[in-house]
This record gives sequence, structure tokens and C-alpha cells, in this order.
Amino acid sequence: MTKPGAARGREDLLAKVVAITSGKGGVGKTTTAAAFAAGLALRGHKTVVIDFDVGLRNLDLVMGCERRVVFDFINVINGDANLNQALIKDKRNDNLYIFPTSQTRDKDALKRDAVERVLEELKQQFDFIICDSPAGIEHGAVTALYFADSAIIVTNPEVSSVRDSDRIIGILASRSRRAERNEPPVEVNLLLTRYDPGRVARGEMLTVEDVQEILSIPLLGVIPESETVLRASNTGTPVAFDEESPAGRAYLDAVARFLGEQREMRFVQPERRGFFRVLFGRA
Amino acid sequence: MRLLTYFFPPRPTSAAIAKERLKIVLAHERAGSHAPDFLPRLQKELIDVISRYVDIRDDMIRVNLGKAGETSLLEINIEIEGAKTKAKLGSAVPA
Repeated sequence: MTKPGAARGREDLLAKVVAITSGKGGVGKTTTAAAFAAGLALRGHKTVVIDFDVGLRNLDLVMGCERRVVFDFINVINGDANLNQALIKDKRNDNLYIFPTSQTRDKDALKRDAVERVLEELKQQFDFIICDSPAGIEHGAVTALYFADSAIIVTNPEVSSVRDSDRIIGILASRSRRAERNEPPVEVNLLLTRYDPGRVARGEMLTVEDVQEILSIPLLGVIPESETVLRASNTGTPVAFDEESPAGRAYLDAVARFLGEQREMRFVQPERRGFFRVLFGRA
Repeated sequence: MRLLTYFFPPRPTSAAIAKERLKIVLAHERAGSHAPDFLPRLQKELIDVISRYVDIRDDMIRVNLGKAGETSLLEINIEIEGAKTKAKLGSAVPA
């Protein structure tokens, strides 16, 4: 395996650790981690995406590199392999690397100081380090967000997801390394996934404004509910690589906003307004 | 249109209900995460003291730690309307 990127000198300071987190499971963290990493790589940034879900490895499948996993996060932490042996280079994009987790049952295998060492080493080679957090608020999840400079809160427009996101935002504010060291707080952004504008229009689903008002954090993007997300995971392709997919395009928009661009929110309006809504349209 | 909604007030949508429920539960949880755990004890002791003077039930006192802007607010609601004054006040006061 070739070493990705040469030493980057002072630029190291700019390497950014981004946690993809949510509290609740099944909201699209791994899909988002894969899509976001792919999107950043497409924009020319050297990006690695790390699976923090020890014992429940899945990022490799979503990224389509499950058969190329030889060494994993825990091997590197234990010194059984070096970092570049464990990093898997994406076959579709030269800027993209995957760092798979271990299938060990020892959930506490991610020791904090060892994780810090690995992240510091990754910072020498990469612009962005995307941490795919496990669900819950236990060891793995807290470790994934502890070192974050930035966090993307993946939320579904649904009560339990919004509540859990609020908990995670609280934990980021109180238990991250930045909080412990009194450094500038972790930059927190909302990514609303599985959004169905039609159901929103019918009053069956929380609106993007509702969720944003409740969580009161900046909105990075809205990913529409889309069949293409399942198709992407079926085939092991990050959905951001699928240019035909509305979800993929929404992810690329979100990545652009993350990089500081202004982009209009797409996919938040239903295709057309229903007859009754036009007639009795509520304020 | 106004008349229509006057006679047939629109039922809140399930999304509107979800939003209200979330706002309430999160307001509670956000306050709760910083609330000192002495509140139940404070409530119990207040009941003990007040019940020396008037008959009062547990549910007639509400102790809450809230926020008004930047100020933390300890809010104590004591409902005594209808509560009977203790017959022999003197004996209720400890020596």
C-alpha cells in the first residue's frame, strides 16, 4: 500500500476531525459518513472515514470494500499492524480511504489515548477525518465525538430521533475534549435525513423548520427519502457517487455548505401541492 | 375562510402534535440536566414546615428550577387556598 500524501508541514493544523453522530440508531449515520467522505474526496480533499462501531462493522460494506479488510482499528491500536497497512484505498477516488473497525466483542477496546495517537497520525496525512459513530451514548459513541472539531448531527424528522439528537448535542457541549479543555466548542451542524416533503406538506412529518427550531443548530442539509440510498448500500457505493440520485445530490450540496459555499436547499418542497391544500392552504 | 375555520377549527396535524410534545419534553430535559438533585428534598422539607401551620398535601407544592433569560429562577408554587389553618397554631411551632 502506498502512503497517502506526503508530510504536510504546517497544514497539519488544519486537519479536521468530523464526528457523524445521532444518538439514535438507524437514522443514516453510516450512509452519511460514507456519502460525506466521498463528497469531500470528490472535492479534492484527502479524506479518511473511520468506523467507530466496534463489534458491529458495517462501514466496509457501505463503502464496498468488505473483502479488502485485512487489518483493523484495534490491530493498529494494539500495535499488531501499522496505520498504512490498515487503511484501505478507495478504488473509485484516490483521495478517499477507509479505516475499518474490528469485529471484536470487547466494546471497550477503543482506549482513548490510543485513539488519540491514531488520530494524530492520520492528521499528518489527511485533510478530513470522518468518524462514523455507533448509536447510543456509550463508550464507542463518546470516543467518536470526544476528539471532534466538528460534528454532524444526523436526525430524522421523527420525535425519538430529534430527542436523541438533543441529548448528543448536550454531550458534545459538555464531554468533548474541546469542552474539557475550554477550547472553542465543537462546531455542530444538523443534517436532516429521510425527509419526505409530501408527508411534510400533509402535516404528517415535522418540517425542516420545526426540527431546526427545536434543536437550534445550523442546518447543513436536508436529504430526501430516496430509493437510491438502499440501492447504493446494496451495491457498496457511497450515495454521493450516484449523480442520478436526489439523495446523492443533496449530500454533495451539504458537503459544499460544509466547505463554506452557499447553496440553496433542494428537495424540501413536494412535487406539487394537493388540491385541498391549495384550496384551504394553511398559513 | 375565517368563518370556515371558526365553525370547523382545524384539528392539529400529527406533525404539530409531535412538535409540541418535543418542545415540552426537551425543555424539561434540558433544565433537568443542570438541575441540582436537592429539589425533591427541598420540596419535602417545605411541606414539613408549611404543614405545621396549614393542612397541605404533597401535590399543593411545586418546586421548579427554571430560566428567565439569563437568570436562573427557583420557582416555588404553594397552593393554600382551601387549606385549613391548624386549630392550635401554638403547638405546631416547635419550641
